[in-house]
Amino acid sequence: MDKKKLNPLARFRGFIQAGATLLTNIHLPNFAKGTLYQGNGKYVCVPGLNCYSCPGAAGACPVGAFQAVVGSSKFRFSYYITGILILFGVLLGRFICGFLCPFGWFQELLHKIPSPKLSTKKLKPLRYLKYAVLLVMVVLLPLLAVNELGMGDPFFCKYLCPQGVLEGALPLSLTNAGIRAALGKLFTWKACILLAVIMGSVVFYRPFCKWLCPLGAFYALLNKVSLFQMRVDTHKCVSCGACARACKMDVDITKTPNHAECIRCGMCMKACPTDAIQYKFGLGDQSNTETTKE
Amino acid sequence: MFMTKKQAQLLLLAAGVLMLLFGVWRGEADTVFSKAIRLCMECVGIG
Repeated sequence: MDKKKLNPLARFRGFIQAGATLLTNIHLPNFAKGTLYQGNGKYVCVPGLNCYSCPGAAGACPVGAFQAVVGSSKFRFSYYITGILILFGVLLGRFICGFLCPFGWFQELLHKIPSPKLSTKKLKPLRYLKYAVLLVMVVLLPLLAVNELGMGDPFFCKYLCPQGVLEGALPLSLTNAGIRAALGKLFTWKACILLAVIMGSVVFYRPFCKWLCPLGAFYALLNKVSLFQMRVDTHKCVSCGACARACKMDVDITKTPNHAECIRCGMCMKACPTDAIQYKFGLGDQSNTETTKE
Repeated sequence: MFMTKKQAQLLLLAAGVLMLLFGVWRGEADTVFSKAIRLCMECVGIG
């Protein structure tokens, strides 16, 4: 096998994902103590989906924080979180999903479990579900379904997000008998969702990211304009289709280098026999084939 | 084409910074902080 000069980001992606997950949950002693970090880091949100009720969480969850502001009696919209997410999205796009999100990494690890793997190519319409989750569960319901005090529930966190159970309920209930005793029907419902995502992730590649994640949906909207981009050198490309076959997010990068579903994982770069695909970072259009739409 | 990709990127970056600062100015960061340092009952499935 010939040796290719693979970009270090793509080459060491697994290590970067592990490092990002560790940094996002750096307060490890809290797992043993069963307490939450309460320092100034919680003023800022992290880029990936990471529950702020995780004992080790270093920052706030962007989706939870947005709902907390919108669902509070004082505010109807969160300019603060939207601004942070626009900055993250414009700078990095879905690179965040591919490299920095702890829950994305968790699903990828599950997908490494040996089992029959199923393609999601025929399930592409399900991609649009995550935009509905973003609009309805993250924005509209916390804003409109309010109690007499004008406060709304964080509907996504409460009824759909499996991270709260994985990172919050499970570790906290191991060390805190009070929390363990308080877990009821809602926990059972959310544990079922987590179990479904775990089982789905073994056979499908990143099912939660593809179909349900509202954070992925937000970054997907900005993927086309993000400064971190994919570039396909049309002079080197031999149109063999190896990149499209290798892409587990079902993207043909030669047609749309900055497709909303591209998480910049670099699998296409590894598959390309002519090194025609590269990462680029900068203002303006860095791709030279973004002419045809999928 | 209404604007180039570079113009769109600069506009969005500026909008992001302005929204962030406006949010901080009107006290949203305190709401985020107070939620993030306490156990989120809904997140863990308690209530």
